Amino acid sequence: MTDTVGGVLTIALLVALLAAVYVPYGDYMARVYTSTSHLRVERLVYRLSGVDPDAEQGARSYAASAVGFSLVGIVVLMAVQLCQAALPMDRGLPGVGLWMSFNTAVSFVTNTNWQSYAGESTLGFTVQMAGLAVQNFLSAAVGIAVAVALVRGFVRTRSGSLGNFWVDLTRGTIRILLPLSFVAAVLLVAGGVVQSFGDTMMQALSGHPQVLTGGPVASQEAIKELGNNGGGFFNANSAHPFENPSGWTNLLQVFLILVTPVALTRTLGTMLGNRRQGVAFLGVMGVLWSLALAAATWSEVTGQGAAAQAAGAAMEGKETRFGEWASALFAVSTTATSTGAVNASHDSLTPVGGGVAMLNMMLGEIVPGGVGAGIYGILVMAVLAVFVAGLMVGRTPELLGKKISARQMTYVALYTLTTPALVLVGTGVAISRDSTSDAMGNAGGHGFSEVLYAFTSAANNNGSAFGGLTVTSDFFQVTLGLAMLLGRLVPIVLVLLLAGSLAAQGRVPATAGTLPTHTPLFVGMLVGVILVMTGLTYFPSLALGPIAEALA
Amino acid sequence: MLSDLARQSLAGLRLLLVMTVVLGVLYPVAVWAVGQGLGDRADGSPVRVDGVVVGSRLLGQQFDGDAWFHSRPSPNDHDTLASAPSNLGPLDPGLVATIRERRAEVAAREGVEASQVPPDAVTASGSGLDPHVSVAYADLQAPRVARANGLPLAQVEQLVADHTDGRSLGFLGEPGVNVLELNVAVAAAATGGD
Repeated sequence: MTDTVGGVLTIALLVALLAAVYVPYGDYMARVYTSTSHLRVERLVYRLSGVDPDAEQGARSYAASAVGFSLVGIVVLMAVQLCQAALPMDRGLPGVGLWMSFNTAVSFVTNTNWQSYAGESTLGFTVQMAGLAVQNFLSAAVGIAVAVALVRGFVRTRSGSLGNFWVDLTRGTIRILLPLSFVAAVLLVAGGVVQSFGDTMMQALSGHPQVLTGGPVASQEAIKELGNNGGGFFNANSAHPFENPSGWTNLLQVFLILVTPVALTRTLGTMLGNRRQGVAFLGVMGVLWSLALAAATWSEVTGQGAAAQAAGAAMEGKETRFGEWASALFAVSTTATSTGAVNASHDSLTPVGGGVAMLNMMLGEIVPGGVGAGIYGILVMAVLAVFVAGLMVGRTPELLGKKISARQMTYVALYTLTTPALVLVGTGVAISRDSTSDAMGNAGGHGFSEVLYAFTSAANNNGSAFGGLTVTSDFFQVTLGLAMLLGRLVPIVLVLLLAGSLAAQGRVPATAGTLPTHTPLFVGMLVGVILVMTGLTYFPSLALGPIAEALA
Repeated sequence: MLSDLARQSLAGLRLLLVMTVVLGVLYPVAVWAVGQGLGDRADGSPVRVDGVVVGSRLLGQQFDGDAWFHSRPSPNDHDTLASAPSNLGPLDPGLVATIRERRAEVAAREGVEASQVPPDAVTASGSGLDPHVSVAYADLQAPRVARANGLPLAQVEQLVADHTDGRSLGFLGEPGVNVLELNVAVAAAATGGD
């Protein structure tokens, strides 16, 4: 078996597995969010939380719940980190510093999981499993809830309600994320991922003392991938053998990363009563993901760049058990979703490989995007695409039976401006500071790429990094923290307002003049709009970093 | 809107506390309990010699000297409390120079041409704790290890083959030789225990 055959078969198996669960998993999620009955355990959760599960919420109330829940999560998670020394299983570690705890709390609550800390040397087990991992579940469930609310906006007519945030949040957690995480965690333990509650000091065979690090890793690893979080238990993330021990655990992790965002296109189609629409969106995502994978794999496997040529292959920052193929597959999948876990050093990827990772995030996390965030992201881009198409033919744009007027376009325009503004202003301010060049781990264009990657990752809630950049200064902790916070909450509020304005409308009957949005023509149109938008926004900054490096 | 936000936040706090019990305590403990039935994998796959834990089969170690198979270069000297890659960029002149130095060192140590040194011998891994080396790098080291331990080359080559982890299911990932387990086997053979 050659590396090429193995690599191609791996991708084929991944696609086959995703195809196999697409319909049942997607339809299951649709049932979860449309069912009118509550499980007994859910009723208990509602009673303990003091919420009425049968109350309906309008857009503003739904948004207040989502934002309020996120802000409370940040405060609690900060407190847990600051008080680490007083918690059990602290491994003798002190409380986390103020700005690092702020950055980390925002990072996990916003589903970013940017890591300015090194897990094994900064955090005890309680903070990891009862603080961070809890937000891994809940932030993912928030993302799906917001996506479902937007779909309801298209489904409902003359309605003032989008559902109940607390019910959507609880069901997503209890009925979807928790059972799947449990199964995945057990599989990972069987593959060698650690799940224990203590470190062991040992006299290594080589004579050098070494700590056999323990911890509740598998339980966190499962939801880290399934919830598109990406925050590793260890600093090296999924490159660490205790997080990702073998070729098959690596494939399982890539599958977990992709399965929910992919299947949510089916959920959307089922809820809309228009399954072809879900397939069309999946087609857009599939096209862009495949192009990204082809480019990154070519660059990594052929070993582009001076370092790879000196070594004979692009193995700097890669693990032997994965090699170039499985590392490229992971890198593309983790950045195309908003996961941000890494099984290889992205900073050391070849110029095109690292550039593709950055570009994937700049697309706005929609190929297929984060859990939930990918669905509302692609729906917003679809609104933009029908608007552009409407301008071309001079008709009022419609999407899925809803008129797109000035009000909707205002929300969409603000949505599409928020993240690029955070990325480009953040990068610009950082680059203008003298101290930033000291923080860079690499000189020249690659140093710029490190800073651009950091703000792109933070504002798009990805969380992966060009890790050479030292981000522990107060400046980076605060600015990247704000980029994550605004890059999450502003789009969520805008999406919910958009959903509310759509739900309030009646339904426009489709006529001969309506642009069908499930056809290959529209898929091509949407791919084009996404690429043009991203290109116009980011080309100058990409030219200074990855493009300059690739041409060097 | 603001009073609504405050009221919703209170409900959120209560829900967060309930969920912390379920997701932050019951769930990891349940995974741990099931893991206890899966051998010692949940405890980090320890490798024992005479009942004493000498490492984990999944964690690379620092091996120096001619008697051992060497691991890949590690930016953190295989410190398990500081797992990290080098994070040096693909065009970094310092990295290119380091790779050339490593190539010369390995070639001199193994007594081979520089062009015969495989890529994984001159590059740091993603974790700094890669438990494997490529089959090519293990084969390159076998004659030196055989000589230093007074073992026949054929026997050492057989040990390399025995401790090669193939691709999962025959096609997932890439094959690698587990350095710690191989060195345990070599040490046992050298002392006549195997």
